[in-house]
Amino acid sequence: MLAELLEPSAIVLNYAAQDAEDVIRVLSARLLATGHVRESFADAALARESELPTGLMLAGEIHAAIPHTDVEHVLRPAVALATLQKPVMFRHMIDPTEEIPVRLVFLLALEQPKSQVAMLQEVAIVLQNSQLITQLMSASSVSAVQQALAQNHHDS
Amino acid sequence: MNQPKVVLVACGTAIATSTVVAKGIEEAMRERGIPVLTRQCRASEIRSRLGGVDLVVSTTPVPDDLGVPVIKTLAFLTGIGKEDVLKQIEKALTDS
Repeated sequence: MLAELLEPSAIVLNYAAQDAEDVIRVLSARLLATGHVRESFADAALARESELPTGLMLAGEIHAAIPHTDVEHVLRPAVALATLQKPVMFRHMIDPTEEIPVRLVFLLALEQPKSQVAMLQEVAIVLQNSQLITQLMSASSVSAVQQALAQNHHDS
Repeated sequence: MNQPKVVLVACGTAIATSTVVAKGIEEAMRERGIPVLTRQCRASEIRSRLGGVDLVVSTTPVPDDLGVPVIKTLAFLTGIGKEDVLKQIEKALTDS
């Protein structure tokens, strides 16, 4: 489940990101430090993002991105999360010519997609819940994030 | 007996988004009584994976000239327009 895979030390709140690369590098570095990903992960995620972007236009005012990359760069599955002070531009997943101002980033380190279906579905459920996104954006502590997600999981 | 329809779900890495989409299609079509099988692939390998495929659903740019219907959608991730997309998928599968 998302709450279990979300690595507490890879939750970065109200981050003043320079750009999309900055966010991906910061979150990747956290997952490298915890031993979830290989050193190659950040570059691989950036390469994938430039070729196949992951920006998602959501129904509310906050938009999101879900950068990820191939399984060989991952040692143990984990999710990293960043909320951004100001939006940075990610390109649109389905129309890469379009740029989306993103303030919520889930960096996904996946190794066994089939066994992580539940977690991935939960990420999608979060992305569809603008009330929960508002809670995440205003969270100022890791425990507030965990509580919001646990509450959502409990409700769903 | 209805042969299950085959839906090829494409995304960038065949890991994250296509997994969510495949699961979403399976569940929604089951509710509608339409038997489906889903396969997942990377968008880059799509042309080599079309054998026996009735419909392609992609979350990333793919060519339109694949010879089977193609639906590009992020609705399974964002929820936006999901009912419309499910109707399109249902129509594509029942017409084919």
